[in-house]
Amino acid sequence: MTSPARVFDADDIGRVISRIAHEIIERSRGAQNLMIVGIHSRGVPLAQRIAERITVIQGAPCPVGELDVSMYRDDVALRGARPVNATHIPAHGVDGQVVVLVDDVLFSGRTVRAALDALNDIGRPASVQLAVLIDRGHRELPIRADYVGKNLPTSLTETVQVRVLEIDGVDDVLVERKASA
Amino acid sequence: MRHLLSAADLDHQSAVRLLDRAAQLSVVSDRAVKKLPTLRGRTIANLFFEDSTRTRLSFEAAAKRLSADVITFTAKGSSVSKGESLKDTALTLEAMGAEVIVVRHGASGAAYRLAHSDWISASVVNAGDGTHEHPTQALLDAYTIRAHLRDGLGDLTDLRIVIVGDVLHSRVARSNVLLLSTLGATVTLVAPPTLVPVGVSSWPCAVTYDFDEALADADAVMMLRVQAERMSAAYFPSVHEYSRSYGLTDRRARLLSEHAIVLHPGPMNRGMEISADVADSPRSVVVDQVANGVSVRMAVLYEVFGARAEISPEGISHV
Amino acid sequence: MSSSHIVIRNVRPLDAAPIDIEICDGRIRTLNTADAASGTTHNDAEVLDGEGCILLPGLVDLHTHLREPGREDAETIATGCDAAALGGFTAVHAMANTAPVADTAGVVEQVWRLGQATGRCDVFPVGAVTVGLQGERLAELESMASCAAHVRVFSDDGVCVSDAVLMRRALEYVKVFGGVIAQHAQEPRLTEGAQMNEGALSAELGLPGWPSVAEEAIIARDVLLAEHVDSRLHVCHLSTRGSVEIVRWAKQRGINVTAEVTPHHLILTEDLARSYDPIYKVNPPLRTADDVQAVREGLADGTIDIVATDHAPHPHEAKDCEWSAGAFGMLGLQTALGIVVETMMNHPGASSSRLDWQGIADRMSVIPARIGGVQAEHGRPIAVGEPANLVVVDPQRPWTVDPARLASLSRNTPYTGMTMPVSVRATMLRGHFTVVDGHLS
Repeated sequence: MTSPARVFDADDIGRVISRIAHEIIERSRGAQNLMIVGIHSRGVPLAQRIAERITVIQGAPCPVGELDVSMYRDDVALRGARPVNATHIPAHGVDGQVVVLVDDVLFSGRTVRAALDALNDIGRPASVQLAVLIDRGHRELPIRADYVGKNLPTSLTETVQVRVLEIDGVDDVLVERKASA
Repeated sequence: MRHLLSAADLDHQSAVRLLDRAAQLSVVSDRAVKKLPTLRGRTIANLFFEDSTRTRLSFEAAAKRLSADVITFTAKGSSVSKGESLKDTALTLEAMGAEVIVVRHGASGAAYRLAHSDWISASVVNAGDGTHEHPTQALLDAYTIRAHLRDGLGDLTDLRIVIVGDVLHSRVARSNVLLLSTLGATVTLVAPPTLVPVGVSSWPCAVTYDFDEALADADAVMMLRVQAERMSAAYFPSVHEYSRSYGLTDRRARLLSEHAIVLHPGPMNRGMEISADVADSPRSVVVDQVANGVSVRMAVLYEVFGARAEISPEGISHV
Repeated sequence: MSSSHIVIRNVRPLDAAPIDIEICDGRIRTLNTADAASGTTHNDAEVLDGEGCILLPGLVDLHTHLREPGREDAETIATGCDAAALGGFTAVHAMANTAPVADTAGVVEQVWRLGQATGRCDVFPVGAVTVGLQGERLAELESMASCAAHVRVFSDDGVCVSDAVLMRRALEYVKVFGGVIAQHAQEPRLTEGAQMNEGALSAELGLPGWPSVAEEAIIARDVLLAEHVDSRLHVCHLSTRGSVEIVRWAKQRGINVTAEVTPHHLILTEDLARSYDPIYKVNPPLRTADDVQAVREGLADGTIDIVATDHAPHPHEAKDCEWSAGAFGMLGLQTALGIVVETMMNHPGASSSRLDWQGIADRMSVIPARIGGVQAEHGRPIAVGEPANLVVVDPQRPWTVDPARLASLSRNTPYTGMTMPVSVRATMLRGHFTVVDGHLS
């Protein structure tokens, strides 16, 4: 096993958050019905940071929520029960909102598929967009991100680990080759 | 959690995790769309050798909210009355694709036997076995107590819970003593000596014959159903005497502290173990218990299905 | 087919020095020390080399269920006798709870004749005490005693003769012909629906309890009745410390009581019920480790006179089910000697709770033959002129229990996979081998 390579440090992540916030504002043209929703686990703090940034830039609060998609996954049989997380959606709900889903890594697309289904059971957004810190390729579903921090071509024998201050005590992104493929 | 056979299968961490998950899942009940796709295409069998409409309906609702297919087998009007065995029935249900079998049976240990014999490979959830255990009932009771007295968070440390009635024949009491004490509560059993099992001193609870004394500092009182046929078996002299000594009467309810709640696994014998006024009072959380049963059983089914991943050959994780 | 002239060389009778033993026409003809006999030749004799083996009188079981007539799917007299011979037995007492019940001279004679026909083991029928085991009126005990089967042991085993007056009458009545009442001590009202020993474990497992007092109360009553009417009482499958103490008290008082313990109550405990596997379900139930200790001590000091198997075959489906639906009972004939050696000879406990080979021969052959009234033929000393009912035990050849390889038609042994410390090398009934080298001959 090789030692993990750090492809992003804290400054990189800060810059990317800021850029994505600007892109979201630009694309929504200052829409009042914007809502940022993080996907558990690491999408949640990233969504909060993006929303804070948007709040600062716009001078108006940007609502933020969190979404647990474990009950919507299609791999209970393969990967077992997952830990419990809360789903919190701002009180006015998602109906008619422009919802930007936030996750740390876009890979097979199955998490996002589950998130879309979860969102669908909560309400009917006007539109749904997707922001990710890292897009590492290898999609298994026809899903793409609207906002990408970094495209990171990887092989299937590698793992990509995003660490965030709120959960891991450090902000960075590591790429590591697995011991055995 | 490959099977759920006994409340003793749950340690503190897994019990709290189940309650937490149930709390998450209870939110679904408040939505317009009361269904999750989690177990879509998976099959759960309800195998009920004893008549228990409410438990069966609760498991059915739980399975359906997780989008599982449910096969229900009840003893009445089925081949059980013609002498078909537990083993053959379980084999039949597994042949129909059931991966999880929820079993209610009059024989203590029936669920354990189903899980640990080499008859089937399905996971087993005990929905009540004889006079042994009823672990999902204990989970929903714990959930209900936690929701009312702990704001739905954490465990039950330092809560004083009194369980009253036919402990000897009660699977609800056995499972509750185990689970509530695992969750940190102090449990006291109140019953006439004839309805306390020999060997109860090894249980993680206190036992008293004095209901009034136990009531004084109780946070929750759980009344067990007392079956009238126990009287003919001379466990107590008369319904009247039982009710006077061990019933939750209006007088006793006034001894309770303000915040204390009253539970009953149902169906209630109003006027015997509980007075009608107490049963209908704001303290009574009996209706909540029923609602919470569905959430708790959803959490259990999800955990059990999840555990099957660890044993299936294709259950290799990939990131 | 075995010849009628057999020499077993170099075998040690009980714990004594090796001898050559010559058997002819069903009796022991000569006994010679191995050295002295080394030059002797027996040209026409079949020779078995008993080097390293122990010679015991053929074992006698006072408590066997052969299931025939009525449940030939579980066991027949022939298969039961095969199992008995392989277990080292030359005589078994067949319990009366067959269908029809062995409560008439006709049924006991049939059982007796079928046993004779096997040629493997003597079958002595036990007669029922009450008609149909119903506990209501006495069966025709005198008729059974005086018929060809010569019944001397009477028991409603499986059911307790709980009516005190009926028990008194039975004890009185058998005095005419020197019979004995073998009581299945179980107070019925205290054991309604009972599934296992009553205690902390039954409370935890939610299984209805079978309290010790239900056994002890009946034994206490019966020893006092036996004393009052000056008759003989035999206590079947005693299982608790309290029972041992009551029998010990009764014997000290001079009451004519004998008692048996089963191999399974010498080794297994109630903890096995945790599996909810009815293979461990038996009546009386498996008790606590303390009770096991007490019955071992009782057997060693003679309070408990004998070991009896309570061999109880059941078809597979009667055990392949939930606990409460399972039948009571375990196989015992082929494993009895191994369990007794394991628990009473090989264990590291105090010598006062141990038996030597003489002690085992007494408790599994000599005394059961005496209680059963068959001491003229069985449980005899190993001496010239005595009937050649013998067993050759190899103490150096352990074996592992595989239910499929037992001779019984049923497979309900609780000892699957367990190692038995000794094996039966050969069994001899009236001078003919029924088992040689561990196989039926």
